[in-house]
Amino acid sequence: MSFHCENFDPSVVHGQGCGCAAHGVSTASGDNRIGEVVRSAVLRAAFPQAAHRRALLKSVGAATLGAALSQFFPLETATALAAEAPGPLEKSKLKVGFIPITCASPIIMAQPMGFYSKYGLDVEVIKTAGWAVVRDKSLNHEYDASHMLSPMPFAISLGLGSVQQDWQIPAIENINGQAIVLANALKDRRDPKTWKGLRFGSPFDFSMHNYLLRYYLAEAGLDPDTDVQIRVIPPPEMVANLRAGNIDGFLGPDPVNQRAVFDGLGFIHILSRDIWDGHPCCSFSTSKAFIAENPNTFLALSRAIIDATGYANKAENRKEIADAIAPANYLNQPPIVVEQALTGVFADGLGNVIKQPLRAGFDPFPWESFGVWILTQMQRWGQLKGEVDYAAVAKSVLLATDARKQMEGLGLTAPTSNTKTFVVMGKTFDPSKPAEYLASFPIRRS
Amino acid sequence: MQGRHSAWAAPILSVVILVLFLAAWQLAVHDTQPTAGMDPEYAKLMGAAANTGKSAIPTPLDVGAKLVAALRDPFYDHGPNDKGVGTQLAFSLARVLLGFALAAIVAIPLGFLIGMSPLIGAALNPFIQVLKPVSPLAWMPIALYTIKDSDKSAIFVIFICSVWPMLMNTAFGVAGVRREWLNVAHTLEVGAWRRAIFVILPAAAPTIFTGMRISIGIAWLVIVAAEMLVGGTGIGYFVWNQWNNLSLADILLGILLIGLVGMALDRLLGLAASAVTWRE
Repeated sequence: MSFHCENFDPSVVHGQGCGCAAHGVSTASGDNRIGEVVRSAVLRAAFPQAAHRRALLKSVGAATLGAALSQFFPLETATALAAEAPGPLEKSKLKVGFIPITCASPIIMAQPMGFYSKYGLDVEVIKTAGWAVVRDKSLNHEYDASHMLSPMPFAISLGLGSVQQDWQIPAIENINGQAIVLANALKDRRDPKTWKGLRFGSPFDFSMHNYLLRYYLAEAGLDPDTDVQIRVIPPPEMVANLRAGNIDGFLGPDPVNQRAVFDGLGFIHILSRDIWDGHPCCSFSTSKAFIAENPNTFLALSRAIIDATGYANKAENRKEIADAIAPANYLNQPPIVVEQALTGVFADGLGNVIKQPLRAGFDPFPWESFGVWILTQMQRWGQLKGEVDYAAVAKSVLLATDARKQMEGLGLTAPTSNTKTFVVMGKTFDPSKPAEYLASFPIRRS
Repeated sequence: MQGRHSAWAAPILSVVILVLFLAAWQLAVHDTQPTAGMDPEYAKLMGAAANTGKSAIPTPLDVGAKLVAALRDPFYDHGPNDKGVGTQLAFSLARVLLGFALAAIVAIPLGFLIGMSPLIGAALNPFIQVLKPVSPLAWMPIALYTIKDSDKSAIFVIFICSVWPMLMNTAFGVAGVRREWLNVAHTLEVGAWRRAIFVILPAAAPTIFTGMRISIGIAWLVIVAAEMLVGGTGIGYFVWNQWNNLSLADILLGILLIGLVGMALDRLLGLAASAVTWRE
């Protein structure tokens, strides 16, 4: 019986088992459990004899005793310290998939920079050829968790374009960091109203890229389904397709955008933050089944990811990260390209050096409002049909409350609410009125 | 006119063609003018192709340098996504040989059955004719979905593409065994098993090996495409990973190695085939 199994329930006696997660019963959320573990450890230290301890607990009650103890022992500090080391890991060797783009920076860098090992995990990060393969390998449980476009866990949970499995987002990876890149031939055709007939690349049907590109085109009066062509092209193949003239441009992830500029093939028309500043892009995702079967491993894994994401968000760390993830084992790109994408000091392909430190950001907090917006766009473009309880789906996929606890445990500032309003191309999105929002678009499929 | 030529004429001609080809390649790749007047701060952020005018197409010397570097350390391991070309080739070969062996286990007995029984042959023929022309990669999504393992799916794809030539050739070879030999066997009252193993098998062996030779060639073609699709390991993944970095010199290196290994596989089965070929 491990040390943390005696908590404040005086009826629990040695050898009978307890409700704690180390024995696979409890589904209590991580930080509560850690709090209990710490309290019971302190209690055991103060009253080493089990019989005394139980008698005391019975007579004065757990809450009173806890409060009394906290008078002379900093329980909260101890809880935060213990948060560094969750209970025994069910599984320490893990496989995590990724697509070689900077959106996945925290997931990738956590390997060479030691964020996984800090939490006792031995993680292999596996490069994957495209989003459909990421989806299939994740559904097959070849990956324990994976880098996914944030709409993908929604599509999988709703059974859109795949078998239905419950997938969840414990942390968003990155915000902003995408761009619309056009071929050099379009230097004098910057107005999207003149883009009728062009062919664009987008990484996946269920991607923020697809929704943002469609949004941008529709705001210019173009119907993205009939006036232009949007082709699905895996990010690593976008530049090659732009060079071959198969597409005229794309809304792609970095470093793909910067790579097109680096090779003199195209220019950055706008950054995605010019469409929606602070939009989510990719997520760290895992299945509900994995979380239920490996609660402690999941806790350690999501801590490692949130810790790495917090680290990635600091501007002063960006160059170090670029050097860590550029080699062939990860992104396989020239470091200078990755550095431009991450630091926001970049060549735009038109002869200017732009300094935009907010080009890419990393914020783990999975706002439920992001999910509601994604669902409105799935409906808008006919991917999702019928009545949808937006808030309920968003809440079940995005683990905002858990993320807040993890962030606070790691000393990051977490927002106090799970929802917020935001502005996309001048229009305010209110997550409590998704139907009105959807109805306000003149170009839509439903 | 059929002139005699010395044994050295063909190899010498091959070398001449190679040298001419490499020289033409080296000359065809030329750098464009450096972009004039580029802001130095901007130029620092741009690639060689965009600012110094270096051609994006590698010269034979670039590829040669890559080849030397790759052969110097063919089995390095820099993590799950970056291994040496030797390791990658070994992964691909293992997949091909496994898929190919499975296909042989299925195709050769089935081919015997079809060749020996016109009824079964006619009954299975429509299925074979429909399935044979399907690109093996079209099976990949179904394999991933049902087998639920990307590595086994790649092996399945190799299996499905290798099975048809072996099946057809075995059936053809078995059906084409001379009537006289079968009649002699019949007269001598040879049992069905003995007849299959000591009369039909040796007689059909050259045709069966031809089928195997075609199969291994197709399998080697397909593995590269399959690995580019699912990623992970293998020479196809190597090519994909370098495509991702637009490193044409590495891609050409991959192509060269794929060609050499494919030739070696073909030669091996060619030697095996000539060992079982009989002369009248």
